[in-house]
Amino acid sequence: MDVIGKSIIRKEAQDKVTGRARYTHDHHSNTMLSGKVVISPYGHAKIVKIDTIEARKMPGVRAILAGEHFPLTGEDIRDRPPLAVDKVRYHGEAIALVIADTPGQAKKAADRIKIQYELLPVVHSPIQAFQKDAPLVHERLGEYIKEKHTSPVPGTNIATHIKIRKGNMEKGWTESVTTVEADFSFPPSDHVAMETRCSIAEILPDGTIKIMTSSQAPFMVKQLIEKYFNEDIGKIIVETPLVGGAFGGKASVQLEILAYLGSKAVGGLPVKILNTREEDILMSPCHIGLDAKIKFGADHLGIIKVAEIRYLWDGGAYSDKAIDLTRAGAVDCTGPYNIENLWCDSYCMYTNHPYASPFRGFSHSELSFAIERTMDLLAQKLQIDPLELRYRNAIKQGHTTPTRVLLNQSNVGNLQKCIVRLKELIRWDEGQIKEINNRLVRVKGISCSWKTSTIDPNAPSGVILTFNRDGSINIMSGVVEIGTGTKTVLAQILAERLKMNVDNIHVRMEVDTQTTPEHWKTVASRGIYMAGRALLEAAEDVINQLREIASIVLRAPKEDLELADSRVFLRDNPLMGLHYKDICYGYQYPNGNSIGGQIIGKGNFIMRHLTHLDPETGAGKPGPEWTVAAYGVEVEFDRRDYTYRLVKAATVVDIGNVLNKKAALGQVMGAMSMGLAFAGRETFYFDEYGRVLNPQLRTYRPLHYGENPEYLVDFVHTPDLEAPYGARGVGEHGLLGMPGALGNALSVAAGVSLHHLPLIPELIWKTKEAKS
Amino acid sequence: MKTQIIDLHVNGNLRTVTVRSADTLLYAIRGKLGLTGAKPGCLNGDCGACTVNVDGWPMKSCLMLAIEAVGKNVTTIEGLKNTPIQQAFIENFAFQCGYCTPGFIMNCHSLILKHPDADDATIKEWLESNICRCTGYTEIEKAVKSVLEKN
Repeated sequence: MDVIGKSIIRKEAQDKVTGRARYTHDHHSNTMLSGKVVISPYGHAKIVKIDTIEARKMPGVRAILAGEHFPLTGEDIRDRPPLAVDKVRYHGEAIALVIADTPGQAKKAADRIKIQYELLPVVHSPIQAFQKDAPLVHERLGEYIKEKHTSPVPGTNIATHIKIRKGNMEKGWTESVTTVEADFSFPPSDHVAMETRCSIAEILPDGTIKIMTSSQAPFMVKQLIEKYFNEDIGKIIVETPLVGGAFGGKASVQLEILAYLGSKAVGGLPVKILNTREEDILMSPCHIGLDAKIKFGADHLGIIKVAEIRYLWDGGAYSDKAIDLTRAGAVDCTGPYNIENLWCDSYCMYTNHPYASPFRGFSHSELSFAIERTMDLLAQKLQIDPLELRYRNAIKQGHTTPTRVLLNQSNVGNLQKCIVRLKELIRWDEGQIKEINNRLVRVKGISCSWKTSTIDPNAPSGVILTFNRDGSINIMSGVVEIGTGTKTVLAQILAERLKMNVDNIHVRMEVDTQTTPEHWKTVASRGIYMAGRALLEAAEDVINQLREIASIVLRAPKEDLELADSRVFLRDNPLMGLHYKDICYGYQYPNGNSIGGQIIGKGNFIMRHLTHLDPETGAGKPGPEWTVAAYGVEVEFDRRDYTYRLVKAATVVDIGNVLNKKAALGQVMGAMSMGLAFAGRETFYFDEYGRVLNPQLRTYRPLHYGENPEYLVDFVHTPDLEAPYGARGVGEHGLLGMPGALGNALSVAAGVSLHHLPLIPELIWKTKEAKS
Repeated sequence: MKTQIIDLHVNGNLRTVTVRSADTLLYAIRGKLGLTGAKPGCLNGDCGACTVNVDGWPMKSCLMLAIEAVGKNVTTIEGLKNTPIQQAFIENFAFQCGYCTPGFIMNCHSLILKHPDADDATIKEWLESNICRCTGYTEIEKAVKSVLEKN
């Protein structure tokens, strides 16, 4: 292969190193007004009074929205008012929106809005929310409009309940000689994309609604604005330029709604809302938290015979995407291990925390922490090497998943191969623990993961190809360039298929829902799989059209024609042929007669054979394939003060096939970095009022330069036969095993079992103190 | 709201702008001059996405008022043309989403000029003031070291 696998430089690289790359907030005009949101200072409180009188008198103010009952929003359950009325359910919830001429004026006016609250009891955790006498976050849960497959339980804080029932539990427990049981938990945290969310809305005199937004889901914005506000979908145009990092956080639709309402309030003038970092952390949806209970039964060889799992997901104040997250967590609830007898209850719980959006890995890094710590506890109990235990239980073809999908040679990667490679990569045979001196010790921890993409069974992707008159090709795809380089890889795929120079393929980076064919959402590591398939179909379309016209001009059957280097030529006489530039806009004979016409290629893709899950057993096919991976983390731990340094982190992922080497490595290392930060330091600290105490990058600290470990990354290649060039998704997977591997390393290092995140020295110390 | 007219030396040009006393340099260069390469990320000096170069030193433009820049030479990412560090960022895949990139490059650029022989500790001391959420930092390390090695 000529282009596939090569480290082709991303198409927008020059723009990004010169400051010319434009993100949503970089689009500005003199007529644009500024929106400023007033947010709730409490986790749970009744709104007694909103006084906007003084604020309205402030200079530059055009409109103030507050206290109004707008239609409820929310993807599975419509439980969320765009602006809170009656009560607030989380710290950071939007209550009022000020539209003014400048950001400064909007801010000044927003500061003058006086809101009187009456505090309500706060639901601090999913486990508290689950108690019978817990305060209710939504008193009228039964009255909300909801999707068919969602099952909220009125009178409780349960937004949905996904059940997995597989095999025979009694048989499983009988066959087990040993059991382990443990609880794990961690609070919500944040995505911290460097670009805070930003949306601009404008309503033209003919009713056309134009929205520009930093989103992973511009097509979903369009659908939801239609659904929520009964607008004409054909008149909603959503544009998304480059996005400055997303990580799942920009797959939810929130700020777009406020900008739309804001513009509507000022006669359709353009209104921009840019989140401050504090608003981005507090108001906009966050990374989900989890309370998990895991119970495994195993035989004397460590083969897991049975599992009982309960996940209480911290959906926060509104269910939005947390319903899907709860489902995804159930679908792969066991981690990448074959467990035939299984019972899992996955609940989406309402709490008074910021509500959840997807986070890179979509529930998998979270459940993986609980599963992988339990695996180590089992290994310890049975005195089996933790790596060997994982190898013995590894999922593979012939097994079925928790939702009873039969795995074959294509729809699952080779986990055992990943484990074997990891073993070499992290020099497992040298031993898990290495004494440095009487204080320092170096310890390794390992973990594994798997993931399918729980997405809508009818999720579409489309691609259009057009030509320039020099024979070069333009790709139009609805994939958003959020940093993953997907659009550059699409160009590589096309170059490979057409055997042409990738420099002669141009990619439209921006998405415009009116002219770009829909790509469902840029999520779930499914960009290449879906858009790549659509692209290959469009390529076939183009090839067919090029051959058709060339066959007339060359007076040769289509079947005798080959394509390469932007030419169509005779297979047995390559010198006889035509350059694309001579036929892509029709062919003109010397006398002026012309045939053919502009060549436009189209292709589409829809997921095959996905199903909804059976409400009683969970049986069903949630996603197309399972990517598997094995991980290791090595820390240098100080036994005196419980601090530690990340020395090495390793990931071996079955990628199927590498499409762009450096880009793939970058995705994996970046995900690992994010996973280590989630595991080791990132969390929301709440007070008794449910207030997040650290909504700033000074107190909420992602990894900084030099705090990263040495990364060891390698790939296993088990092609997915359905995917373009066999490639499996790889955008998320580096992250998934980091919390488990770090937790396992530190548990061994400190000599205590660690059950919470983030794994900060204070947590280790407290756990140690509690034990002694 | 008090406004004043000031002259700013930006990227070698003298630019006259009207600002409030409270306007940050970031707000002025983005909003008044249309130089949107410097990005707001936290407006609190924590992330470095807005880093520019002021009289040779990297400066977080969200922490400096526009009026403080009078009489100083300001260089933004738009003022860099074909520098080795820009090329090194491309070759080493030292960015993904690209949002932190202008700030990182401006910081690296100043580092290379001020400390052409920077060791690991110096590089860390300088670059830990910026946050990149996409990469794992090794690509950025390779990029900056590749330029330093050529010096």
